[in-house]
Amino acid sequence: MIDLIGLSVGYPGRPAPVLADVNLSIDEGDLVLVAGRTGTGKSTLLGTVNGLVPRFTGGTMRGAVTVAGRSTVDHAARDMADLVGFVGQDPLAGFVTDVVEEEIAYGMEQLGIAPDAMRKRVEETLDTMGIADLRRRSLRSLSGGQQQRVAIAAVLAAQPQVLVLDEPTSALDPTAASDVLAAIGALVWDAGLTVVLAEHRLERVMKQVDQVLWLPGDGRAEFGPPAEVLAHADVVPPLAQLSRAIGWAQVPLSVRDARRRVGREHVEPSVIEHEPAPVGPTTVRARGLSVSYGPVVALDGIDIDLTAGQVTALMGRNGAGKSTLLWALQGGRRSTGELTVAGADPRRLGARAARRLVTLVPQTAADLLYLPTVAAECAQADEDAGAAPGATRALLERLGMDLPSRTDPRDLSEGQRLGLVLAIQLSAGAGVLLLDEPTRGLDYEAKHQLRTMLRALAADGATVLVSTHDVEFAAGVSDRTVMMADAQIVADGPSREVCAASPSFAPQLARVFAPRPVLTLDDIDWASVRAVRS
Amino acid sequence: MHPWAWWAWAICAAVTVSLTTNPWLIGLVCAAVLVTVLRRRSDEPWARSLGVYLSMAGFVLVMRVFFATFFSATSSGTLLWDLPQLSLPSWAAGLRIGGRVYLEPVLMACFDAMRLAAMLLCVGAANTLANPRRALRSVPAALYEISVAVVIALTVAPQMIESLARVRRAQRLRAGAVTGVGGLARLVIPVLEDSVERAMGLARSMESRGFGRTRAGGGSAWGILLGLLGSVCLGIGAFLMLGGSRPSPVWVVLLAAGALALGAALRLAGRRLQVTHYRPDDWSRPEWVVLASGVVAVAAAVAAGRLAPGALDVTMPPLALPALHPLFLFIVASLAAPAVLTPPPPRVSDWLAWTARRSEPEQEQAGGRADLDAERLRPRGGTP
Repeated sequence: MIDLIGLSVGYPGRPAPVLADVNLSIDEGDLVLVAGRTGTGKSTLLGTVNGLVPRFTGGTMRGAVTVAGRSTVDHAARDMADLVGFVGQDPLAGFVTDVVEEEIAYGMEQLGIAPDAMRKRVEETLDTMGIADLRRRSLRSLSGGQQQRVAIAAVLAAQPQVLVLDEPTSALDPTAASDVLAAIGALVWDAGLTVVLAEHRLERVMKQVDQVLWLPGDGRAEFGPPAEVLAHADVVPPLAQLSRAIGWAQVPLSVRDARRRVGREHVEPSVIEHEPAPVGPTTVRARGLSVSYGPVVALDGIDIDLTAGQVTALMGRNGAGKSTLLWALQGGRRSTGELTVAGADPRRLGARAARRLVTLVPQTAADLLYLPTVAAECAQADEDAGAAPGATRALLERLGMDLPSRTDPRDLSEGQRLGLVLAIQLSAGAGVLLLDEPTRGLDYEAKHQLRTMLRALAADGATVLVSTHDVEFAAGVSDRTVMMADAQIVADGPSREVCAASPSFAPQLARVFAPRPVLTLDDIDWASVRAVRS
Repeated sequence: MHPWAWWAWAICAAVTVSLTTNPWLIGLVCAAVLVTVLRRRSDEPWARSLGVYLSMAGFVLVMRVFFATFFSATSSGTLLWDLPQLSLPSWAAGLRIGGRVYLEPVLMACFDAMRLAAMLLCVGAANTLANPRRALRSVPAALYEISVAVVIALTVAPQMIESLARVRRAQRLRAGAVTGVGGLARLVIPVLEDSVERAMGLARSMESRGFGRTRAGGGSAWGILLGLLGSVCLGIGAFLMLGGSRPSPVWVVLLAAGALALGAALRLAGRRLQVTHYRPDDWSRPEWVVLASGVVAVAAAVAAGRLAPGALDVTMPPLALPALHPLFLFIVASLAAPAVLTPPPPRVSDWLAWTARRSEPEQEQAGGRADLDAERLRPRGGTP
């Protein structure tokens, strides 16, 4: 269905091509996962399928891509619209109209489809994606999962044969993500669509994919069955970690496979009892913290204590009030109720004074950056915080980030940019660190790095509260998990208990080894496993 | 209701008002327009702008009367007040500030301002009654790109405000209050970056969904020629019309020919683009009623001007009560007719009440709360 023939893509200013002489062909009706670390060319590869690359993005392309015999060399992306549906990373940024129904019709209007046929197809598409009850809603009022489904429906209406999705679940909570992925799966199995999708959190999709296309980053592309490719790829989802630790040649693709195999091979790990992290003094204390936006209650009488030296994960659906809680604890959001952070109420202090007690890394960390080089940002951060010159730079190095001084922060990878923002925010010496969704767009390596940074900060006595949708990250980083729903805290306790007990927030290893209390590979005594197997 | 029907009606009302300085007629037209708006506007966000236009109209009125009172140069008529006069240097001899205020010029200025305010109100009425996005959807195909640009601008503006608020909050985290020139860079650079990224995302999405696909390359030479000819005819016709006071067949023919040629040019240009429209607004009986009520009002105003030449143009001095011609009542009745003769627009609140009533038993059973999700149940803003 899709043939890449001798495909090479390079961008000016980059010495090596992003893709070099890639030859492969994707069969009709396959669900193909494009995996790789950030910056290895996943988006570039996806863009070549409908011709956005290189026409729209610049760069040079050699070779050819043909979809159902139509070559992108002779056809611009708009002329491929009836063949390839392309959904970008942020659905909201791609919406052209403001009402669901009209958004779905937009593509067909451009193709010049007769109004009667259009009416019928809109109805069919609404039903296919299960969004018929949203038809007259404004796009901005929808939840992230709904927006993503509308974005998919909007390209499906043109009845393409291929669907290309660039990280469709990166902004979604686990439940919404599995919803969207189930809808995509249904399109493959029931409608016979060929789907190519890029994704960072492989654990979410790998059970349903037919082929994996792994981009190691040197211009090659490795294409094959997921169980084999993932066994040696540099993007390692939890089940691949497990299979590497045990020594399996093929990666189990679902929790069920792994569980069966673990049972069949009698892998019965003994669980390491970690010492509970020493409980430091309480640094954050909130009683009856409430926030409302007009008639909407965003925080409903929250009682929470955070202790120094502990990393707490804050989880819950989109819109459960996680961001609001973080902003309220920082003092930047007007709230009622008692709040004490390191002995003072940040709401009473000015923004500058509050910064010395508590700091927040907002969801779009790039909002904080505005200078042309890393060095300039660090110097400005020293000045903003009133710290000694070089303090931010030193902090950056302590976080394990060795960033070249003259680089433009925009050219950094997501993980590096997050490290820079973290250093800038910590430069005023706050002991309480709040992070709002830091894992968005990070690959496994960057998440691991972030985890190491946060653990190191906690070990030095910082209080860390991090909100995240990434259950694997939360399981790895946190001592304690707070679960929010509908503006209230619904669960609060050691991560081991809270995560393992939740059906949608349990990490994959917990499900594989249930009822044993395993969250990550660090919980397992591998010496005992190997002894049993040999 | 077709958005352009309301626009046509509002333009007719504005034309009627522009023909007169008679305060009776202006007041009556304003009343008719207000009644229609209040009865036929929906309760969606874009329909809440009437207050803005009302205050703009009030501002125009107050300013005009203020200037007429304190800066008027007329010095005859009924004396109203004798204010102290500011003595100005000789180079400002034509100007007068303060001094004697006469009633007649103030009244004349007031009537003139009423006319302008009423025209503003008519524009406001059109904006309140017609959904601007839907209005842009039904422009001729040749203007399609322009309408797309306007729609995108309508969408992007609130997004930019949103991202400005977000960046401001974020920068406050970093450096406390954001002030001064340095503070401006802190805000502007991330917001611009965000906007450019959004614009690129939108362009990518439009491109990959086939925007501009059915456009045949290049315009036809005939279309351009016709467009040029039409513009020239319209220009000369308008010049003659404004120059000569009475209708002459020359400019009537020129104007008509120009309009025809431009229409044909638009049509030719539109043929290049084969974009179809999902659920186009149709033009049926209520739309004809609205259009007719406006046209009849204009015609009646013209007739009133012919029958009683003094009725439309009030001149003072002499100070006298402006005449109330019986045709005025007919004009007002005609303009207010859509308030009664057209079907009411679908209102979100009615729809909510209806669904709440219908689902009451179920909800009591389930013990659930009323559906707060207003927009889910939003009815369509087009023809019922």
